[in-house]
Amino acid sequence: MENFLKDNEDILFHLKHLDLDQLITLKEDNFAEKDIYPHAPKDIEDAKDSYEKILSLIGEIAGEHMSPVAAEVDEEGVKLVDGEVVYAKGTQMALDMLAKADLMGFANPRKYGGLNCPIILMSIAGEIMSRADGSFLNFGLQQDISETINKFGSEEQKQRIIPILASGKETSSMILTEPDAGSDLQAVSLKAHQADDGKWYLNGVKRFITNGNGKIGLVLARSEEGTKGAGGLSFFLYERDEHMVIRRVENKLGIHGSPTCELQFNNAPCELVGQRRRGLTKYTMWLMNGARLMVSGQATGIAEAAYREAYKYAQERIQFGKPIIEFPPVFEMLTEMKIAIEASRTLLYETSRFVDLKECLEHVTEHQPERASDVKAEMKMYTRLANLFTPITKLHNTEVANKVTYDGIQIHGGTGYMKEFNAERHYRDARITNIYEGTSQLQVVAAIGGVTSGTASRFFDDFIENTDFGHCKDLFSKVEKAKLNFEKTLIKIKETEDQEVVTYHSRRLVEMATDITIALFFMRDAKHSERKLKVAHTFIAKMIPRIEMNMNFIVSGESTLLENYQDIINA
Amino acid sequence: MGLNLVVLVKQVPDTQNITGDAMKEDGTVNRQALPAIFNPEDLYALEAALTVKDLYPGTRVNVLTMGPPPAVQVLKESLYRGADFVALISDRRFAAADTLATSYALKCAIEKIGNYDMVFCGRQAIDGDTAQVGPQTAEKLGINQITCVSEINNIDTDKKSVEATRSIEGGFEIVKSGFPVLLTFTDEGYVPRPPSAIRMLSYKNASTEVSTEAFDESYMDGEMSGSAGNNLQLWDIEAINADVEGCGLSGSPTKVKKIMSVVLTSGDIKMVDNDMGGIAEMVHELIADHTIG
Repeated sequence: MENFLKDNEDILFHLKHLDLDQLITLKEDNFAEKDIYPHAPKDIEDAKDSYEKILSLIGEIAGEHMSPVAAEVDEEGVKLVDGEVVYAKGTQMALDMLAKADLMGFANPRKYGGLNCPIILMSIAGEIMSRADGSFLNFGLQQDISETINKFGSEEQKQRIIPILASGKETSSMILTEPDAGSDLQAVSLKAHQADDGKWYLNGVKRFITNGNGKIGLVLARSEEGTKGAGGLSFFLYERDEHMVIRRVENKLGIHGSPTCELQFNNAPCELVGQRRRGLTKYTMWLMNGARLMVSGQATGIAEAAYREAYKYAQERIQFGKPIIEFPPVFEMLTEMKIAIEASRTLLYETSRFVDLKECLEHVTEHQPERASDVKAEMKMYTRLANLFTPITKLHNTEVANKVTYDGIQIHGGTGYMKEFNAERHYRDARITNIYEGTSQLQVVAAIGGVTSGTASRFFDDFIENTDFGHCKDLFSKVEKAKLNFEKTLIKIKETEDQEVVTYHSRRLVEMATDITIALFFMRDAKHSERKLKVAHTFIAKMIPRIEMNMNFIVSGESTLLENYQDIINA
Repeated sequence: MGLNLVVLVKQVPDTQNITGDAMKEDGTVNRQALPAIFNPEDLYALEAALTVKDLYPGTRVNVLTMGPPPAVQVLKESLYRGADFVALISDRRFAAADTLATSYALKCAIEKIGNYDMVFCGRQAIDGDTAQVGPQTAEKLGINQITCVSEINNIDTDKKSVEATRSIEGGFEIVKSGFPVLLTFTDEGYVPRPPSAIRMLSYKNASTEVSTEAFDESYMDGEMSGSAGNNLQLWDIEAINADVEGCGLSGSPTKVKKIMSVVLTSGDIKMVDNDMGGIAEMVHELIADHTIG
């Protein structure tokens, strides 16, 4: 029996050592539902046991049922037949199975038919399923959308919509992108107008809409006629009817199992969600931050699948009389892949925990005003951490997935270039992850503020103060030096008046902060495992000179590229 | 109209995923070395019952297993998938039962449930591979049996009858029977559903409780409680009104004389699908290895 949870030592390691107690108590509101729902946990240990059981069920569905048909899903792809999307057989099977397993309401409150799982569990589940089939996004997408409705919709909207999605009877989509509004969503022009009867109607075209065939849509549209920026955009709930036409499904490089639709709205009736004019700044940003974590998990899952294929191949492939895994260039690649995946995982889980705690504390503030002042400071801290580490994780994990799947093919050699092996599918599936839900370049824009404002530095200081590094003193002193180099670089950047130079170095700065974060997490994890200590040593050995290089480059005031780029690229 | 169904299941060592130390030196199965699983074909029988329940609301699915206490796991798995009531038939005095003693105990337990319309079980278990328990239980109950069923085609609740497709060598046959009837299932016609996460969390902490209460109709009409409650019970010899002499070793005329580890040496055989695709593939293979052409 294949089980993608139980065969993954690293996920099991984190499940054992993650600090979830505060989160569980908050998420379960001190176990208030234990006498209302038989499936609600009665204490922290019970909740942890339930989490592991749920993930194990997902691991079984992924390993036994989804993974064996992933190549067929890729080959078959989605089709548009008489204006309706038809999923590949394997995709439909997975959706049916998850619905039967009551897993489509994974993150939703129990009162709407859900399991009330925290975001960190969704990240783990998303990774496990994406390892089986990198194109299967529906699970995470559905959670993200239904939770957006749960957070911002009216009680009537929640009661009407969430149970339909939680039961798996219908699916949904987030309808944001337009031909002229990709990274720049402020330019959205799809029109929403309010008729004399007070009802809202949508007119216009949306493009690149994942699962745009879903019954429920959350649409970003321009409600304020004549406006141009973000302030004229509102958020709408659309239930699919004859007023929306799927014009085409895209023919893509990868994730063939995922329908990417072009939609045309022809006076389609819809409902406002939340307040007018907050469509982009509040609701879409929330939705998108959730999606960024989901994609980080997807990327990590694809990378894990690619690593396992490469590792197996390197052991079996004999050249020059021995398995190629014994050659330094090959085992170096494999080691780098494995470390990068474990770094992705620890970043993803810790970031998910920050987001969970932020969400739970926000919930407390909104629903228990008497406790609001007690949790205010903590809520602000986790909000800052969530806002910083969500783009950092998305940037890191999706770039890692691209590198790992690239090296996965490299280890296979010519064989990996052939369709008969999974390596090329992983490579194609990974390629979208650092593009959609915000490109890597936009993640840098989202993260740089937290890096230069001192949020990252404060986090490092707090983490060091609250963590025992007695088991790795030498290593810790090296990381402290690297951290000093990072601080020196920050000082230099803050002195820089030319904004173009600051922007030019943004990615390097964000990557320096990411490196130090990973080093700290690895050292903490090393307390429980000799192997993790070796992982930490090996990662940090390469990190130290990388940080120095970035520091030297930035501190020297280097800007040759900025001076020359126009003459070079326009020649 | 709802039906009353009984499903017989078994916990077995996973003989399909054999590791090195699966057999002891004396040729018997080393149960410690093999994970215990839900007998595969029994999952199809359970799925058939749950499918009937989906089609005929009000149908009650009762699942029974006979085995040592750890066998409660397959009952919990049944609850996770949608069973309404499960009972573990367990008693030291059932130990060393052969198929005859097992089917006697199962017959007593089924009669304790009473008023059943159909009894479902897997065709055979992957440990003993006898395929005897289902048919013997039907004989002891004195009811009809349809073995090797791939799928139920139709149920007539008015006439109280079932029509099923039976797999036979080289084809299939369609058989009809009145209730009560016992059906044994193969792994061909259904796709066993996964456990429901909500039910799994509801029942994960369930444990058996001893019950010698009569299993009467009034219990059957009760609403299924969400928590474990008493829809998971432990039944011993007294609970099922069985005669001690007919159970366990004393009720088992089968005596194992000798166990040998047999290594098969004959060459591979290859089954060819009896359709155009299968035949075409065979012809291509025969041409490729120059047997013909």
